[in-house]
Amino acid sequence: MKVDSVRKHFPILETKVYGKPLVYLDNAASIQRPQSVVDKWNALTTSGNANIHRAVHYLSSIATDEYENARDRVRAFLNAKSREEIIFTSGTTASINLVAYSFGEAFVHEGDEIIVAESEHHSDIVPWQLMCGRKGAILKVLPIDDCGRLMVETLPELISERTKLLAVAQISNVLGLINPVKEIVSICHSMGCKVLVDGAQGVVHGGMDVQDSDCDFYAFSGHKIYAATGTGVLYGKKELLDQMPPYMGGGEMIHTVRFSGTTFAPLPEKFEAGTQNFNAQPTLIPALDMAEMLEDQELQAYSKEVKSFVYKALTEDPDIVLYGTSDDLSKKIALFSFSVRGVHHEDLALIMDKMGIALRSGQMCAEPLMDHFGVTGMLRASFAPYNTMEEAEYFIASLHKAIDMLR
Amino acid sequence: MKTLEEIKNEVIDDFSMFDEWLDKYEYLIELGKKLEGYPESAKTDDKLIKGCQSRVWLDCKVEDGRLFFNADSDAIITKGIISLLIGVYSGRTPSEIAEDDFSFVENIGLKENLSPTRANGLVSMIATIKATAEKYGRE
Repeated sequence: MKVDSVRKHFPILETKVYGKPLVYLDNAASIQRPQSVVDKWNALTTSGNANIHRAVHYLSSIATDEYENARDRVRAFLNAKSREEIIFTSGTTASINLVAYSFGEAFVHEGDEIIVAESEHHSDIVPWQLMCGRKGAILKVLPIDDCGRLMVETLPELISERTKLLAVAQISNVLGLINPVKEIVSICHSMGCKVLVDGAQGVVHGGMDVQDSDCDFYAFSGHKIYAATGTGVLYGKKELLDQMPPYMGGGEMIHTVRFSGTTFAPLPEKFEAGTQNFNAQPTLIPALDMAEMLEDQELQAYSKEVKSFVYKALTEDPDIVLYGTSDDLSKKIALFSFSVRGVHHEDLALIMDKMGIALRSGQMCAEPLMDHFGVTGMLRASFAPYNTMEEAEYFIASLHKAIDMLR
Repeated sequence: MKTLEEIKNEVIDDFSMFDEWLDKYEYLIELGKKLEGYPESAKTDDKLIKGCQSRVWLDCKVEDGRLFFNADSDAIITKGIISLLIGVYSGRTPSEIAEDDFSFVENIGLKENLSPTRANGLVSMIATIKATAEKYGRE
């Protein structure tokens, strides 16, 4: 499959910004949506719109079927054992907050410990801090080295018999390094500690086989894997989810409600309180189809060339500091956070925007990681399978032009 | 001495020479590079303008009833913007600044050409300059 034929599925890529062709390199923040996803949302909104699970009428049954089909599609994508293990949420942040609250209520007591990696996104730090505050638990940090690699070898010392859970990203949103999730899970499990994997960045880069990795929880957002925004998933092992109390109370998640007490619906509805995002969650079906289609070998080989070109250009330039490096590029995705000596990241982002290039600048929701590298922010270029070699070359040339302007 | 209106019109004229925003940025970058002499010792938290994504320090002294501003930033375009502002408002009386509507910023299209976070930063810079003028106006 050629990149040109992939781009035809994403009409927004034809956009002109300030009269120049859009070069969209902010895919890690939100990836663009293919026409099939837009069509799905349109079709449900225009001809399948009704609240799900509650009514016997025709439209409601269409909407309910689509929503539940999406659950089956996600189950297959993650290779989960059962559909009850797939909880729909509004995104990764909501999924992690759900676990932080409900797992905390069920399993965490005063003096217990939670571990997060130093390179985590704020969404995988703050929910655990809040939970530790509520439960009187202690938050510990799994450090990274100066290449950005997780120091997994410190885990056996870091984990104690009081450690209840470790939360780690599959891929850091700043470093782009693929973390050894399977190894981490194996170490943690051998010491009685559960593992939540933040798949926000990882889901679109290879996905996750939850049975093979054996992680206990896996969280991701739909909008980072071609689906509509406001969609998201929490995978959890059934035996854990069964023991966890509901996160939110409301409609749909109940079995019977009496003022003397309420009983709850079985999984997965127990964790899906209130009206769900029923027009959007079904867009996960064409979105995951697209993700699997883009696993195409020819396209992957092309994307790898693009990645190598950018990596080489950024690491060979003595004025540029790239964060998250690896001798083995198969362990890094095409996500590049960097700074330029003597030039502020925001100035670069602003000028390159006028050149048509969409980049991310700032702290990228990872202040502890910024502190580790002693910077106030970085510039990030994140590539998707629809990005071309020409765009990569234009990005590097524009970067140099912008640096010259600012120096 | 030129009036405030005359100085603002000069800035508007300068900006109208450029067709492309990239050129306007180049102009702001030059302004930023030329803004020198802000002492390291004055880079204190109380002089930081709140609400800017990059760090911007603003200092002010009074001479003969007029305000003279000095500023610095770690981002050069932001520094160019604050340089533009203090170039217009330095040497003015507190009441002139406090009563000004700062609309020339909209006339040169500055605000809408910044990213939302930078536009907020611009609003914060203007608010801080005005607040400083109001503070000295009361004294």
